[in-house]
Amino acid sequence: MTDQEDGAMTSTTQDQDADAERARREELLLPELVAHLRDNRTQLRREWANRITDANLLTAMTPQEVFSEATSVYDNYVGVLETGSVEALQDYARDLSERIVPRGVETDEVVGIVLLLRDVLARSLFEKYHNDFGLLNRVLDAYEPAANRIANTVAVSFVQERERIIRQQADALRELSTPVLQVRERLLILPIIGVLDDQRADQLTEQLLGGIRRHRAKVVVIDITGVPDLDAEVANHLVQTVDASRLMGAGVIITGLSPEIAQTLVRIGVDLTKMNPVGDLQGGIEEAERLLGFTVTRTSADDA
Amino acid sequence: MPDRDVPSEPLRVSILTQGSYLIASIHTALDDGQLLRFQHDLIERIGTQRSRGVIIDVAALDVLDSFGSRTLRDIARMSRLRGAETVIVGIAPELAMSMVRLGLDLDLPTALDLEEGLAYLGSRTGSRTGSRTGARAGGAARPGRPR
Repeated sequence: MTDQEDGAMTSTTQDQDADAERARREELLLPELVAHLRDNRTQLRREWANRITDANLLTAMTPQEVFSEATSVYDNYVGVLETGSVEALQDYARDLSERIVPRGVETDEVVGIVLLLRDVLARSLFEKYHNDFGLLNRVLDAYEPAANRIANTVAVSFVQERERIIRQQADALRELSTPVLQVRERLLILPIIGVLDDQRADQLTEQLLGGIRRHRAKVVVIDITGVPDLDAEVANHLVQTVDASRLMGAGVIITGLSPEIAQTLVRIGVDLTKMNPVGDLQGGIEEAERLLGFTVTRTSADDA
Repeated sequence: MPDRDVPSEPLRVSILTQGSYLIASIHTALDDGQLLRFQHDLIERIGTQRSRGVIIDVAALDVLDSFGSRTLRDIARMSRLRGAETVIVGIAPELAMSMVRLGLDLDLPTALDLEEGLAYLGSRTGSRTGSRTGARAGGAARPGRPR
């Protein structure tokens, strides 16, 4: 038992020594690697750009643009290998993403080109060190983690930038999404256009209940002619909103249920009859006027 | 119904008389004991004032638990037995949504605010202001006609 422990300890010390030795050698390897990539910049860069074109990536950009971006990425790439800091690359990647996202460049293309560069450079390292297999292994040990980190950074920056743009657009859409309009005294209409998701349904509820209070509404017509589909969750949310409106003393009429929605609702067993469905918006408004005691009459019979 | 509260504590509900209607305003959230005391007081007042309608104003409430909503429903049923219609008014948007989410079905007539509540009782009992001279009109269904 004791012998074994001693043995284990000795080998640990030896491992540590070996680790330190390897680390010292690797410190020298990276500068060598960087120098190699700098010396062969023109050739490697061209090869990379060719591989990008061959793989049909970045088709939204002209070859000149691809080449100039490739140059920047290449220089940043070597910079990261040299300094170990990804910050400059991160900034560049974000900036690049901002330029290329609106042009329809996809995530797989961006990841694809960075992985291509990684392959091109690894291939060139193979060529340079193929005579000394041990050295090649150590060069790759130094190169691979850094290269992976770079690929990671670029992909993450791209995706983050895209998400930021998507969020921005979603915010813009949301602001426009649920108008509450008063068409008669105590009568509101809420036209809803587009897909109703959870978040929009929540917003609808808020707008509707707030609108009832603000306009002292008695009847609200919700028109969903422009809604392509309703799932069970959103439909139930609508029913809840109707119940809440009733608690505030307002009745709800829902109009414009499409054939698809009508079929879906019956199939999934959501009961919307509480919402007083009326075929179309005109019918809904007429019904609401009847409830409120309005009668609309034409002043002249010219166009009757 | 025995009072669970200390009798000397002022009730945080005011019950006012308006013609033949009682108007009860709940000013702050009530605990169970206070609710029961309120119920007791209100049902008693209906008899002594010969009220035909009760309006309970909950505009100041931002929460209502299951006991609270059950008590309101009970009050409405008891009032009916004593000859008065009940309407709940002033439920705020947040309260309305939270009640629906909790599945609290009030199952009671509700109206937007005091004015609407008076109009509703007017249509049910046939007098706009609760004065005793008004004849009973054919009960126009909610929502009532705007004036």
